Amino acid sequence: MKKRKPLAENAALISLLASIMSILIGLLIGFIVLLIVNPGAAVEGMAAMLGTGFSSPDKFGKVLYQAAPLLLCGLSVGFAFQTGLFNIGASGQYTIGAFFALYGAIVFQLPWWACLLLAMVGGAFWGIFPGLFKAFFNVNEVITSIMFNWIAMYLVNLLIANTPMILASAWGATNSDRTAALAAANPGAILPQGYILARLFGGSTWINISIVIAILAAIVIWFVLVKTTFGYELKAVGNSKEAARYAGINANRCVIQSMVIAGALAGLAGGLYYLAGTVQYVLEKSVLAMGFNGIPVALLANSNPLGTIFSALFVSYIQVGGSSMQPNFSSESVDIIISVIIYLAAFALLMRHIIVKLLAKKKERRAKA
Amino acid sequence: MSLFVNIISLTVVFAVPLMLVALGGMFSERSGVVNIALEGIMIIGALCSCFTLKAFHTSGFGPKFPQLAMFLAVLVAAVAGMIFSLLLAFAAINLKADQTIGGTALNTFAPAFAIVLTWAIQGQGISTIQIPSWIRIRASDFGLTNLNPIIKTLFFKYSYMTTPIAIVILIVSYIVLYKTRFGLRLRACGEHPQAADSVGINVYKMRYAGVLISGALGGIGGLAYIVAVGSGFNSNVGGYGFLALAVMIFGNWKPFYIAGSAVMFALFKVIAAYHSVIPFLPDLGSLKEKSSLYQMLPYIVTMIVLIFTSKKSRAPKAEGIPYDKGQR
Repeated sequence: MKKRKPLAENAALISLLASIMSILIGLLIGFIVLLIVNPGAAVEGMAAMLGTGFSSPDKFGKVLYQAAPLLLCGLSVGFAFQTGLFNIGASGQYTIGAFFALYGAIVFQLPWWACLLLAMVGGAFWGIFPGLFKAFFNVNEVITSIMFNWIAMYLVNLLIANTPMILASAWGATNSDRTAALAAANPGAILPQGYILARLFGGSTWINISIVIAILAAIVIWFVLVKTTFGYELKAVGNSKEAARYAGINANRCVIQSMVIAGALAGLAGGLYYLAGTVQYVLEKSVLAMGFNGIPVALLANSNPLGTIFSALFVSYIQVGGSSMQPNFSSESVDIIISVIIYLAAFALLMRHIIVKLLAKKKERRAKA
Repeated sequence: MSLFVNIISLTVVFAVPLMLVALGGMFSERSGVVNIALEGIMIIGALCSCFTLKAFHTSGFGPKFPQLAMFLAVLVAAVAGMIFSLLLAFAAINLKADQTIGGTALNTFAPAFAIVLTWAIQGQGISTIQIPSWIRIRASDFGLTNLNPIIKTLFFKYSYMTTPIAIVILIVSYIVLYKTRFGLRLRACGEHPQAADSVGINVYKMRYAGVLISGALGGIGGLAYIVAVGSGFNSNVGGYGFLALAVMIFGNWKPFYIAGSAVMFALFKVIAAYHSVIPFLPDLGSLKEKSSLYQMLPYIVTMIVLIFTSKKSRAPKAEGIPYDKGQR
């Protein structure tokens, strides 16, 4: 007879409850901050944040459009977490991926799918550095990632500014501080809307197949982690590097492989975002926020690839809502809620650990009695 | 010559925030807590002290006693940074949370909170807090009227109280870290907390001290950054918190090495901003966005140095690992 697991031992349920708790606490603290700084408009502001995403097909289209890169950045961070690595460098990998995609689209005039492959190559290339530094020189991947985020941003500025053909000014526009609009430079590189999606969101300019690609990526990553030996090895290294090594797993190789895949995912995110045709890459002064937003997405999902789909939709949803909180509040207000969620996630692992420990003790006592 | 002197004084004023914040990071890491929240701490310190300066300005107290007002603003920055860093200390020390994730949370919170508060106080859409001009130390404050122009540029063109304070803090940091009982205990907690505990040192207390010192120095560093840039506070500190991490690593977690590398990194920043008027730089032809190249160099140099020094790195051995009394 198959025994049913008691509720409290169901790890997935505990994770889900912990995530919902941290979302609620985040919303509450966000509301309190808004209430303190601008009491008159706080309720209206929160209503805008929580209500906008579903208010029209166009807005929901925007939620899906932004959720796609968030989902991939979340997958990137989460995948590295599974191997015990903190990929704070998703931002840099995302930036390099975006550059590779745009270079392919505008300079090589490639179709969109080839540009996406290039984006993955670019992200993987940038992800290999933290992996190599960790594996061969034992340099903490957090430090390498932070440095490479800034190197990526300045490098891409430098490369774009010195590639006349990629600039908007080469394609009939006047600005030379951004890449060309894809509609003018290479319409074939713009992601297709997809037959069904276009029907569903008839009026939305935002919608395209990026969300489908992102969800497929999540399923593939889930499969790799749960159903393959390779994924098992990566997780083994994440749980205990020494034990994995003792079992004959090449831990250094796993670290590099994990970072390369994480980089490819973040790079793909950059490709999806900039190949939508709605935005141009403008020379940046600070590291792009998208990669960092992958961190709360991964944490909320407890690094589970399938959970990442939902946490990305949630983060995207409140971000779209946040941009309609103006003029009373700046759209950055949403980041307060996100920061609380990250903060709580920092010791969510610990809380889960405590629950498991308590249960183990109870069992021990029962066994003794 | 005047350009050269100008570069020197600019380098000093930009090295000050880097050095202060990197020293802060050093105290935290030497106690065993990785502090990647330095960027956020700088923002909170700058936010609170800029509002303080603004209040002094409108009340008339500031223009009357400029340096006293500035000194109070520095204290506000330090206290604000300490209070904010308590969040990291609590998560990292009491709750044994992942220090990097906790730091990321603080870094996400700070700029968002700064914008929300700035809008609430100054009005919607006004994101910049202007800083008053009286905070600068002038030659005339010392009764020096007809100075040699070179000396004047060197010492008084960009002179703010944060610079002498930073020099004092550097010396005090060295003494505290290497010549006091407190410093020895702090370092022990970052190297081998179990051993420290076994001889009666309260590891939690020492780590709290390390994080709080980094909060104070990070907060002052935030204000120092704003006065160096000079165009007001705009809810960010331009990545200086992260650059300070690089300075700390480059400085091998040692005070005077950190001071040296802060000066070097600041020089890169100044060259990036003024490369078009500096004659002795290599000619890069028609390369565009040269400033990005110079901005990128310190990060690349740090990575190269890490390759060569990682085998004998002086990084505190126990940094990033939560201390658990029960663990052996």
